[in-house]
Amino acid sequence: MSSQDIPEDKHLPSEQGDAHHAGVAVADDPFADPGLPAHKPRIQDIDERAAKRSERTVAMLFTISMLATIGFIAAYVTIPVDKIVFIFPLGKVSALNFALGLTLGAALFCIGAGAVHWARTLMSDVEVADERHPIQASPEVKAKVMQDFADGASESAIGRRPLIRNTMIGALAMLPLSALVIMRDLGPLPQEKLRKTLWAKGKLLINQNTMEPLRPEDVAVGSLTFAMPEGLEEEQHDFQVQIAKAALMIVRIQPEDIKDKKELEWSHDGIVAYSKICTHVGCPISLYEQQTHHVLCPCHQSTFDLSDGARVIFGPAGHALPQLRIGVNKEGFLEALGDFEEPVGPAFWERG
Amino acid sequence: MSTADNSKRKAPAGERVADYFDGRLGIYSLAKANMRKIFPDHWSFMLGEICLYSFIIIILTGVYLTLFFHPSMNEVHYHGSYVPMQGVLMSEAFASTLDISFDVRGGLLIRQIHHWAALIFVAGMVVHMMRVFFTGAFRKPREINWIFGFLLLVLGMFTGFTGYSLPDDLLSGTGVRFMQGAILSVPVVGTYLSFFLFGGEFPGGDFVARFYSIHILLLPGIMMGLLVAHLILVFYHKHTQFAGPGRTNNNVVGMPLLPVYMAKAGGFFFLVFGVIAAIAAIATINPIWALGPYRPDHVSTGAQPDWYMGMPEGLIRAMPGWEINLWGHTLVLGVFIPLVLFPLVLGAIAVWPFIEAWVTGDKREHHILDRPRNAPTRTAFGVAWIAEYMVLLIGGGNDMFAQYFHLSINAITWFVRIGFFAVPVIAFIVTKRICMGLQRRDHDKVLHGRETGIIKRLPHGEFIEVHEPLTQARLHTLTAHDQYKPAELGPLVDENGVERKAGRMEKLRVKLSKGFYAEGNQITKPTVDEYKEIQAGHGHH
Repeated sequence: MSSQDIPEDKHLPSEQGDAHHAGVAVADDPFADPGLPAHKPRIQDIDERAAKRSERTVAMLFTISMLATIGFIAAYVTIPVDKIVFIFPLGKVSALNFALGLTLGAALFCIGAGAVHWARTLMSDVEVADERHPIQASPEVKAKVMQDFADGASESAIGRRPLIRNTMIGALAMLPLSALVIMRDLGPLPQEKLRKTLWAKGKLLINQNTMEPLRPEDVAVGSLTFAMPEGLEEEQHDFQVQIAKAALMIVRIQPEDIKDKKELEWSHDGIVAYSKICTHVGCPISLYEQQTHHVLCPCHQSTFDLSDGARVIFGPAGHALPQLRIGVNKEGFLEALGDFEEPVGPAFWERG
Repeated sequence: MSTADNSKRKAPAGERVADYFDGRLGIYSLAKANMRKIFPDHWSFMLGEICLYSFIIIILTGVYLTLFFHPSMNEVHYHGSYVPMQGVLMSEAFASTLDISFDVRGGLLIRQIHHWAALIFVAGMVVHMMRVFFTGAFRKPREINWIFGFLLLVLGMFTGFTGYSLPDDLLSGTGVRFMQGAILSVPVVGTYLSFFLFGGEFPGGDFVARFYSIHILLLPGIMMGLLVAHLILVFYHKHTQFAGPGRTNNNVVGMPLLPVYMAKAGGFFFLVFGVIAAIAAIATINPIWALGPYRPDHVSTGAQPDWYMGMPEGLIRAMPGWEINLWGHTLVLGVFIPLVLFPLVLGAIAVWPFIEAWVTGDKREHHILDRPRNAPTRTAFGVAWIAEYMVLLIGGGNDMFAQYFHLSINAITWFVRIGFFAVPVIAFIVTKRICMGLQRRDHDKVLHGRETGIIKRLPHGEFIEVHEPLTQARLHTLTAHDQYKPAELGPLVDENGVERKAGRMEKLRVKLSKGFYAEGNQITKPTVDEYKEIQAGHGHH
């Protein structure tokens, strides 16, 4: 459907420019354009004393700018970089930053203010009209261009020799494939990486605050403890990647308060361990309300009920937090009884 | 050549330099067209300048920052002069940002100018875009430039995002994690995209270096090209102007580039730079030392992106957590729908000029700006878009709003969910009514004159307010705008009596045109005859 079959012009206003064009007999048309109003002189145009005053103002602004630049250099040289001062109402601020910023600001601002004041008071403010010319080319120019193009195209013989044209298009279309292929080594393939964490049977739960293995008696009812798997060290080169998946939060709930059967089975004496990584887009969950056993992700406010299989009770998360099955080893330390059974963190296409 | 003539008078040095370059670059022809180019004056025309200047400031300060910043995720123990972080394990990116803030003299200032200028740059672009939108400056011949500007806005947002992610601090790392989670939600290829972008699993050791090259080279390079094209088109099309005495569609009235705008616009650069420097002196921005280095298992409450990312943040916070699991695959609608809505909501404003051009069928050049009231449907659409944006900003900061206004976060989230659909509709209707009211007021002002506030008692006791007729200049200004008539379906039978069916698009266009321009959707402006009739009837009414 082309807009050609609609009579377009019927609802357009009258042609531009002819309705109220300047020069129409003004008496006849009270809405006609009276033309540019006469220039109203400014005080500086008629009073040389006012003009002098403006000149002095502009010169003063430029002078302040010079002084401010000197001030900037002086501040840079004299104020120690670690000096903190109290400035009302900002509080404690870096003295150097404050001094450099204000002097630089003043040096710049005064140049600007001087230039603008100069333009507004001393340069001519007589308004002049420039004519516009249509952007569109004239029919002659267009005809010439079309002819040139037709000549060029026919001289290239591209229309008569489709074999050349088609193979050229093919070659140009295929070329970007190289650019695509060469991107392959930007990263490894996902494989099973998002499904596995460092947790495995027998790995102790290390308290992140003390870096000691956790015992059940370390976990009080109502407290929230963060843990990571035994053997993971901050200095390790892949620490960030591993902690991004393995981060664990541990709470203790009265066993009779645990509503979910599987949760109870996977817990030890009311101690439950859940992935700390939100299933929405992967923020670490860090807010725990002990009365309700709710945890809240501070990023997007997804709320999970830790007494009910960590199901989502509010917010944008799409599924429950994965639980880690835990128990106690012979020495009385909490240990994992395996890896998470489902991928931790945000959902993805292959998650299933 | 008349060498005899020239030898008599030796041109001054400046002229000789200019001659040198003219012989090689043709600068005289260039200057002839542009040196005394006329620019019209209006405060709103400065908004674009703010964007241009803050962009320049960002480039200048950004180059300085690259001299000190180490775009590396190698972990180091910090031993700089910021005591609270002594010995803490952190990436080189974070450590070098601390160095810039605490050990490089003036480094903190430049960092803060850079960040503040970026915030102002994007804000300036939005406001500048609104100016162009509400005055109809996007109409032919400026549609392409509108698109250039829109692309600059979108690229500016992503340049900002990649920029504030570079220090690898706790807050920005959380933002990067959010982005990675959103990429994971893309059906079929999301996991692969994420692995390729991050060089493996999140966070890996590559993203700072990769974001760095995107932030300082790729995106600014594209933006520089678009910016130059944007400015060339502004020069080429010449500036728009508001209607007024002596200002027509065929001229541009104002003052010349040399000297007035050289001084005003040049001076304005220094004003913008000076104000941003002063802000950077007194207002701390992004205090990464208070946040600490990024750890994927740490987070702070009240995590907020820079303001221009608040809108996608709102989308992701308000969306219910829908997830579909079928045939061993997961469709993460709860994240993917916001990801798709993000460009759609932004793009809604970008396509408007083309919709409007299609509805009006107007192929003429427009250089006279509309007053927003005289295009009620367009203005209402623009306000509806802003309202949508605001709703999403509230959604993006729902935790902050809940905290500061003591509201329930659940209630705010539900407000955003419903408001996403309802608020733009309400804003549209209200704005359209306001525009019509203002049009009516203009209509009355033209016909009956200005209310003077002087109450007169007539001999028979009636009180009237004296109305003062407008000057011809005012009359012209208030009646200079074009008014479209609603389109009609063309004849369904051609001259040979053959019936044709009106296409669906044609029907839609006519329907939209009626919605834009039919009676009840705009106030017909007064005619000369109406005016004369009322003036003849002794003026008071």
